[in-house]
Amino acid sequence: MENILEVKNLNIDLITEKGNKKLIDNVSFNVGKKQSYGIVGESGCGKSITALAVMQLLSFPLKTSGGEINFHSEKESVNILSLKKNEIRKIRGKEISMIFQEPMTALDPIFTIERQIIEALKFHTDLNKKDMSDMALQMLKKVGIPRAEEILKEYPHQLSGGMLQRIMIAIALICKPKLLIADEPTTALDVTIQAQILDLMNELKTSFDTSIIMITHDLGVIAETCEKVAVFYAGQIVEETDVVTLFHNTAHPYTSGLLKAVTSLGDKSKNLFTIPGMVPAGGHMPKGCRFEERCNKKMKICKDKSPELIEIADGHKCRCWLYAESGDN
Amino acid sequence: MKNIIEILKGIINIIKQLLKDPIGRIGFIGVFIIVLLSIFAPKIAPYDITEMFTKSKLVSPNGEFIFGTDNFGRDVFSRIIYGAKVSLQVGIISVGISATFGYIFGIVAGYFEGVVDSIIMRFMDVLFAFPSILLALFIVSVLGPSLGNTMIAIGIVNTPVFTRTVRASVISVKSMEYITSAKSIGLKPINIILKHITPNILAPFTVQATLALSGAILTEASLSFLGLGIQPPDPSWGSMLSESRKYMERAPWLAIAPAVFIICTILSFNILGDSLRDVLDPKLKL
Amino acid sequence: MRSYIIRRILMLIPVLIGISLCIFLIMQLIPGDVISGLLGIEENPELRAQYVIKFGLDQPLPKRYIDWITNVLKGDFGTSFRTDKEIFPEMMSRFKITFQLTIMAAMISWIIAIPLGIISALKRNTWVDAVVRFIALLGVSVPNFAFATLLILFLSLKFQYYPPVGYVGFFENAKVNLQIMILPAIVLGTIMSGSVMRMTRSSVLEVLRQDFIKTIRAKGASERVVIFVHALRNGLIPIITLIGMQIGGLLGGTVITEQIFSIPGLGQMVLTAINQRDYPVVQGCILFIAFIYVMVNLIVDILYTYVDPRITYK
Repeated sequence: MENILEVKNLNIDLITEKGNKKLIDNVSFNVGKKQSYGIVGESGCGKSITALAVMQLLSFPLKTSGGEINFHSEKESVNILSLKKNEIRKIRGKEISMIFQEPMTALDPIFTIERQIIEALKFHTDLNKKDMSDMALQMLKKVGIPRAEEILKEYPHQLSGGMLQRIMIAIALICKPKLLIADEPTTALDVTIQAQILDLMNELKTSFDTSIIMITHDLGVIAETCEKVAVFYAGQIVEETDVVTLFHNTAHPYTSGLLKAVTSLGDKSKNLFTIPGMVPAGGHMPKGCRFEERCNKKMKICKDKSPELIEIADGHKCRCWLYAESGDN
Repeated sequence: MKNIIEILKGIINIIKQLLKDPIGRIGFIGVFIIVLLSIFAPKIAPYDITEMFTKSKLVSPNGEFIFGTDNFGRDVFSRIIYGAKVSLQVGIISVGISATFGYIFGIVAGYFEGVVDSIIMRFMDVLFAFPSILLALFIVSVLGPSLGNTMIAIGIVNTPVFTRTVRASVISVKSMEYITSAKSIGLKPINIILKHITPNILAPFTVQATLALSGAILTEASLSFLGLGIQPPDPSWGSMLSESRKYMERAPWLAIAPAVFIICTILSFNILGDSLRDVLDPKLKL
Repeated sequence: MRSYIIRRILMLIPVLIGISLCIFLIMQLIPGDVISGLLGIEENPELRAQYVIKFGLDQPLPKRYIDWITNVLKGDFGTSFRTDKEIFPEMMSRFKITFQLTIMAAMISWIIAIPLGIISALKRNTWVDAVVRFIALLGVSVPNFAFATLLILFLSLKFQYYPPVGYVGFFENAKVNLQIMILPAIVLGTIMSGSVMRMTRSSVLEVLRQDFIKTIRAKGASERVVIFVHALRNGLIPIITLIGMQIGGLLGGTVITEQIFSIPGLGQMVLTAINQRDYPVVQGCILFIAFIYVMVNLIVDILYTYVDPRITYK
């Protein structure tokens, strides 16, 4: 499969008065054309800032400190990190779009929905006002908004979270981007609405031929939408594989923990399963495996030496000493 | 006794934090100098403020009269030093008046709510509906210009701000759980509110008071400039500046000295107020 | 929208009654009696009796208040103690001058403050920001009379420049009028710009921190669009309140500046009346100024509903 996005050895730093802290440590992954790629992890693991880096939307005190993000559009291939401000602007919203976690605050409160949808068209097309309005209306209908004509004239505070997230999707897709990044798109929504939004995204992905990066902490969302998954822990990828393998042939103890935490939900007889301990804070990373302290399968080597992300089966990568020959032997 | 030590420790801690920031340091030192000047005015001022050196009228600054003399031959430097005392006195007493009334009205309005609250707050709205300098001017013109009336006028003008601050805190404290639980075991809420309200409003109150002080000093200077504030022979920077305009070209030092002192004083209080707000209420810091 | 405006206007009525009552009652606090002041040293019982009837001082307080208010509502603010002239026409002609001064000052203040405030926000924590913040702090701290005095002093000593003496209306001679008005407008405008600058800075910074700015950037907006279309329009909302309060204050409160530059506006009228103990004029002017202040705030509130779509529905 051809790739649309290749992230190579990405590093992201947090700039502080006491020096820089590394939040993302040599992360690499590829997203294929028309693929749904999931990134899953706890809050603070660096999944959202990775997404922002793809859009070059990191702002002070965050900055990328190394690596490449290669984007292959129909016309050309570019390294996003080396683009100038006016060059990345042509990609944002046109080639790569993004939707955010909080639909309630993601729209400018003082402009109508119509203006905010049209704005994206204005930046990237030369259409006249009438055509842009028509496109906005068509798009609202596609994302399943009732009485679309009226909604166009309304303001964000008049609409519900679910509606606003549909509108966010409409804005993101109006220029028919090749890649859509969805950063926890359903987290802030009611459970019933969550399913609707995910269905909508699956549907639109096929009709728009768009690749999706789905960022979430919820393995349920991954199961429902993604083909390939990367599990993030403390700024690193700890496991990457296709979605079926992830659920049926789990390799990394952290992923197993996440899965247990989900599956124990249905069973009232057991206590909720939790992974003990806390994620190590950025800048205070242990010298060995970052998950060692919380791991139930830890070995002697785990404390001393950090494992590499290696391929343990075809298309299945894992960062754990359980599957590696230790350097000593 | 223990409480006093705690409070002192708190104050020292706040000052330490203030001094960490270079801008806060400037404000603190500026205010500190003005306070020193006014406390030790009799010691610092080289001459009596009413003493007229008839042979040296409108003398430009020199070794003998470092800020020169005015049209009566009085030493400008001594009058400036005493002017600091008057400014600070008016500022502190009028802010004291506003803070006291603001505290009482705010507690009463917030505690009782309903009709009492409406009456007090509508009255404050009315006071708020005048441009502040105009209201002060109006009150002084009715009561007659004098030191005391200046303080009363400025005190009245600033009362609504304090009332609003206190009332808002009372209402937010009232909805807290410990008030509800205190009520349920039969304690009178007013005692708890009084006990809890003070630490709660201390931060906004201090910031408010510092900024109100600079406002009060400014209003006093404005009233005195118009001849409706401090009356001669008491020295006031505002009236000195106003007088100086008659001798503008012959004796520019008469204008420059009080202007510089007014500006620096108000500037210091404003800087201090801003830095205090950053220290006491970091949420507001941008 | 219309119901909101009507509601806001209805809410004004009690405030206006409160203001007028407050002014009326404060006037009763005048020590000594007004007529003795008018009569001077010579006590003349006949004249005194005439004055008592003329000013209605023989009537009970509530009746006097109601009479006063009914006349005011008809546009009759009474006559001056000193000149015996009608107060209202005088007030209106002076208000025009103050109005011109206010508009000029406001323009100057916006031209200085809003661009500098935005620059300061965008260059946060750089030396540019530090300089702008210091200028803004000076603007907030320097009293207008001190600035005016120093400005006049500087112009006369350095350039031997003196503004023309004697007020000339704008329609009589626009050039001379502007020469007279420009200095006080600069003084008021510069002083006003301090707080507007601070407000613009913090307001723009606040907006730039909001989530929706990221959405707009993600759409491919240029920084120009982010700042001038979104950050500024959102940030303008609190600035409008401040500017409204300032204009309201200036329309009646330019007392000191008008006095220094001999501008025959409303502020000078009040001050002269206070100094001459011309109480009907004081009472009338203060009421008029407070009325203007309240009206400006009303206009600001209504403007709000146009800038901020969230207001109407609250």
